[in-house]
Amino acid sequence: MKQVFTRPESLKDVQTHFCPGCHHGSIHRLVAEAMDEFDIRSKTIGVASVGCSVFLYGYFDIDVIEAPHGRAPAVATGAKRSRDDRIVFTYQGDGDLAAIGTSEIIHAANRGEDITVIFVNNTTYGMTGGQMAPTTMVGQKTSTSPYGRNQAKDGYPIRMAELLAQLEGVAFSARVAVNSPKNVMQAKKMIKTAFRYQVEGRGFSFIEALAACPTNWGMKPLAANERVGSEMIPYFPLGVYRNTANL
Amino acid sequence: MSEKLFVKGNEAVAMAAIEAGCRYYFGYPITPQSDIPEYLSRELPPLGGEFIQAESEIGAINMLLGASATGVRAMTSSSGPGISLKQEGISYMAGSELPGVIVDIMRAGPGLGGIDASQADYFQATRGGGHGGYRIIVLAPASVQEMYDLTMLAFDLSDLYRIPAMVLADSVIGQMKESLTAHPRPQTALPAKEWAVRGREAGEPQNVVKSLYLGDGEMEAFHWKMHARYQELAEKENRWEEVQTEDAKLVVTAFGSTARIAKTAIAMAREAGMKVGLLRPITLFPFPRQAYEAISRNCKNFLTIELSTGQMVEDVRLSVARDAEVSFYGRPPGAGSLPTPEELFEQIKKRY
Ligand SMILES: Cc1ncc(C[n+]2csc(CCOP(=O)(O)OP(=O)(O)O)c2C)c(N)n1
Ligand code: SF4
Repeated sequence: MKQVFTRPESLKDVQTHFCPGCHHGSIHRLVAEAMDEFDIRSKTIGVASVGCSVFLYGYFDIDVIEAPHGRAPAVATGAKRSRDDRIVFTYQGDGDLAAIGTSEIIHAANRGEDITVIFVNNTTYGMTGGQMAPTTMVGQKTSTSPYGRNQAKDGYPIRMAELLAQLEGVAFSARVAVNSPKNVMQAKKMIKTAFRYQVEGRGFSFIEALAACPTNWGMKPLAANERVGSEMIPYFPLGVYRNTANL
Repeated sequence: MSEKLFVKGNEAVAMAAIEAGCRYYFGYPITPQSDIPEYLSRELPPLGGEFIQAESEIGAINMLLGASATGVRAMTSSSGPGISLKQEGISYMAGSELPGVIVDIMRAGPGLGGIDASQADYFQATRGGGHGGYRIIVLAPASVQEMYDLTMLAFDLSDLYRIPAMVLADSVIGQMKESLTAHPRPQTALPAKEWAVRGREAGEPQNVVKSLYLGDGEMEAFHWKMHARYQELAEKENRWEEVQTEDAKLVVTAFGSTARIAKTAIAMAREAGMKVGLLRPITLFPFPRQAYEAISRNCKNFLTIELSTGQMVEDVRLSVARDAEVSFYGRPPGAGSLPTPEELFEQIKKRY
């Protein structure tokens, strides 16, 4: 019998700690597939952030540095500059990248650091129990926006893929989702492109991945998956926002 | 290479870093340390190194964390307000057992304070200014030559113990020009950085640089391990200078720039026939307790002088014999308010 589906080599054979229906695991898999594709596992350094994804080293079979909350792009900068023959990527949530770490992400992007950033936007702080994030939708109830996010007081959800696309240092910026087979295929392609750009030394590449957090949204996995398509994608449209290959 | 040069303290730090093999510097401008990034922005690129002017001190210390994690020698520098921002990263480096050199050219605080020389960041430096109950190695140069020598030592000690090391000076030492004999890096046996994150070949074990400990008892074990390392440091790496302490009836103690002024005051006292000596801690962590223990067996009278309202004096009190007296004279920063040798001589006379 022909085996048609296997675990990517860059992923360890371990049990997941993510909640049922969480999209972190699917995104991990796509990142691992990209590493396998380019055969870069042995020269890749991952930078883990603070949040549900902190255990990066538990899943990926690669060397990992754990960064302080929000600082992964600066840590990755130091690692890449000192080992410029390595592939360096960060993996960050929306609280991590779009709140405490806005300064680090904008400036690493603007310097055109030759790193890849995987940004998982689940519209909430997952690990700390579902508080409001900069990406929380207007009206969305969270543990710190119990009346729903109020744009007059809390501002608007930030669109990071578009924001970073304005910067000259960015080689590639795209938004993807993993809520349907079609979107997974597209996400896989985009993540591969992001890594390819680094392999080719083209500069900063950024992937925003829309993701479900069923636990903190208080939804069953299927309903959470549906919410990505019905509520998030209309506000956070999928697509490529900057691609220097097309400039 | 032992040529005599005439350079600023800050430049001596930068030169020593290069001689020590540091090729990666990450910083952010702040007076009175900006000569360090300026020097390195010019000198590192031709050597194949990297200089980054980070977006903030937080960015800079985290770049240092990332570079150090890959096993290279790297450095950052700042002054009070910036060192405060770096504390998060320093705590993470301590928690990740990462080496790395941080230079603090102290200025007046708290808050924006001013750019006068100050020694009021002593607690912040020696107590572990961030969260979690860690310590870092702290070296206090008192001359341009020592800015060079101790910066080089900071790299070695930091690598040896896998603890971040700080060179703690103030704007007097940083901005002062003096002669410097630049010498080659001393040959010190250092362990290979097997823990470094470099990417791994098939079959090699995975390296992870982290500070997260969630398993039962893991965090406690980490704390005891680091505690043992701090004790080893305290036994092996104490450094200090003594001047005419053998017969002293009063020992003046001060670090960095203040110790220089005190030295002149002590010479005045000796000239006047008073038996006064100087004890100058060079390592502030580990604090040279042994020196105080030994001297206070004979001399029971200590005068601590600092450019603050008193911080190191607490360590002096904890280190001397129980029956020794420790008095304090402080001059916290203010425009032009460095103590004069005459002023300190008056203080010595009062207590002699
Ligand atoms: C300086 C600091 N502030 C706050 C925290 C607490 N904290 C841990 S995870 C987290 C939020 C993470 O949310 P996100 O980045 O969206 O990732 P997710 O858990 O949703 O994957 C916060 C605030 C911290 N560890 N450090
Ligand atoms: S809390 Fe949310 S983000 Fe975290 S593992 Fe669970 S579902 Fe995923």
